[in-house]
Amino acid sequence: MAVRSNIAGIDSPEALEKALRAAYYLADGGLATAAYLALALGKPLLLEGSPGVGKTEAAKAIAAVLARRLIRLQCYEGIDAAAALYEWNYPRQMLAIRQAGEESIDVYGDAFLIERPMLAALRAPDSTVLLIDEIDRADQEFEAFLLEFLSDFQISIPERGTVRAAERPVVVLTSNRTRDLHEALRRRCVYHWIDYPTAEREARIVMMRASSVAESTARAVVAAVGRLRREPLSKAPGIAEAVDWAEAATLLHKGGVRWPDAFKRSIGVALKDEEDLSFISPRLDALLAEAAA
Amino acid sequence: MSQEFQLPRAARVFVSFVALLRANGFAVAPEQTMAFLAAIELLGPRGLDDIRQAGLATLAPPPERRATYDRLFDIHFVGGEEMDRTEAEDEEIVRLQEEGRGEDEPLPADEANESGLSAARAEALVERRFADGAADALRRLSRNAAARLPRRRGHRRMRARRGPFADLRRTLRESVRNDGEVLRLGRLKRRARPRKVLLLIDVSGSMKGRTEDNMKLAHALLHITRNVEVFTFGTRLTRVTRALRLKRREQALAAASHLVSDWDGGTRIGDALLAFLAVPRFSAYARGAAIIVLSDGLERGDVSALRDAVAKLSRQAWRLSWLTPLATDVRFEPQTEALIAIRRFVDDLVDGGSSAAIVSHVLSLGQRKTA
Repeated sequence: MAVRSNIAGIDSPEALEKALRAAYYLADGGLATAAYLALALGKPLLLEGSPGVGKTEAAKAIAAVLARRLIRLQCYEGIDAAAALYEWNYPRQMLAIRQAGEESIDVYGDAFLIERPMLAALRAPDSTVLLIDEIDRADQEFEAFLLEFLSDFQISIPERGTVRAAERPVVVLTSNRTRDLHEALRRRCVYHWIDYPTAEREARIVMMRASSVAESTARAVVAAVGRLRREPLSKAPGIAEAVDWAEAATLLHKGGVRWPDAFKRSIGVALKDEEDLSFISPRLDALLAEAAA
Repeated sequence: MSQEFQLPRAARVFVSFVALLRANGFAVAPEQTMAFLAAIELLGPRGLDDIRQAGLATLAPPPERRATYDRLFDIHFVGGEEMDRTEAEDEEIVRLQEEGRGEDEPLPADEANESGLSAARAEALVERRFADGAADALRRLSRNAAARLPRRRGHRRMRARRGPFADLRRTLRESVRNDGEVLRLGRLKRRARPRKVLLLIDVSGSMKGRTEDNMKLAHALLHITRNVEVFTFGTRLTRVTRALRLKRREQALAAASHLVSDWDGGTRIGDALLAFLAVPRFSAYARGAAIIVLSDGLERGDVSALRDAVAKLSRQAWRLSWLTPLATDVRFEPQTEALIAIRRFVDDLVDGGSSAAIVSHVLSLGQRKTA
């Protein structure tokens, strides 16, 4: 196991936490430790959590800290090698064959290779961060296919041979846990479950992300969102929703709408399900008053 | 040469923690142990919390068993009271039951030793013990499943004689063989895949006569096709898919019956279904699935909860079928308040009074288009 204790000047979880904060991402101790271990041990980082707790943002922040380009691979059911790895540019190959006439040409050269996210990350491991987003949406075949990539960081292209990464690339996987991932995949990764943050930290996140929002607004929104999360809703508001709500309410307030009303009228950015809205609306006034107190 | 390998003294306590985790049903691979040790070295460790974090990150305990992990950690590294509260007690608190790992898993040797012949004989014995009609129905299910279970159009493409897409890869390869001349254009079509099937089985007292056959049917279906999820409900909701994955039916049914704690009890269908919908991981099974509910719809709880839950389910489902033993006649008109309330949300409200009827309906799903 190749251990690098110092990556781009980061030599401890605390240093990483500080660097992430400078990249506008507030990580808790657990996430900073897991991310640091993933970097140091050269293993992929697997982040799981409810939608909207900042999994994708974490990957973006890590890329920003390392000053690397983020390559994002969004998973979906039926994703295959042509979308994830590489594809040949067939029309171009055919044209080249026609043009060459009697001469022999190599139609499997770089000019005909279309790089997809995983190959791109493999070829430039020192300047990229690969984000494999929402892996739970992909089917099990793709998950199994990822196993080879994530343990050896190599890809074989039949026409070209094996492409191996010069060093272990930084890979972040995220999952909403709509299904259980295979043990073999979890095993290869450093794992972290991102939970909803404490009210204190969430308020800081809201203020950091939406600079126009006053502290009192941020605290009120976070308190209200915290109460909403305890209700049996079909989609509880995440951090992203809290940020949007604070911003929307502030915007309405600047336009002349009074306070409790500004929250109430902008609830659509926090709750996006008609049934949830009608379920909560009779008690919304009380809930907001309680949160603002 | 055979010098015995000794772990460094400092490492032993960590390795024995991993052993403790394994003994409590956590799946930890050797490479995770290595990563755990490397992580501890990397972090210093400056305190117990570092070790706890390193364990969380590298040993990856599932989030729902985090409390157990923490307790084991405290016992191992902090000392203190023995673990007297068992896992099972914890789960009592939760209304939703998740299947545990460990005990109910079959011993690998158990399956391997069984020769095909004797297994078949055992199967035959079991078959004989219950009504012939049910056995016939299951046989019919497995014979016709491939062609008649519901399917959906997949994203991946496969070679076909005729199809909407050109297969450029194959065409190029063939043209290289012919000095760059394209003689025939290969075609691709989208592959059909088995659609998800979600079985929700009522195990309350009023369904007592059907429960066993329904569970057998679920077991058979799980082994015929992929993408099947099975839940039971009565007063609570239990996921039994993992238990029913065991190959041998008797074992599988025994494992499932351990999990389900509300056999032959009351019925709170609405609450159970709402509980199902409230867990994102579960409700994801419902999206785009053929949902089959085996229940008589005799609801003791609130009918409005049931109506809301069924309405929600039907919006997520590809097709929602409600099979009730009461509907033995084609002219069946629902009489109970609950069934009347949900009638307009379900796509089929048909007979579920015998395995044969259920199998017929399941096999007819493949022919249907979206509701």
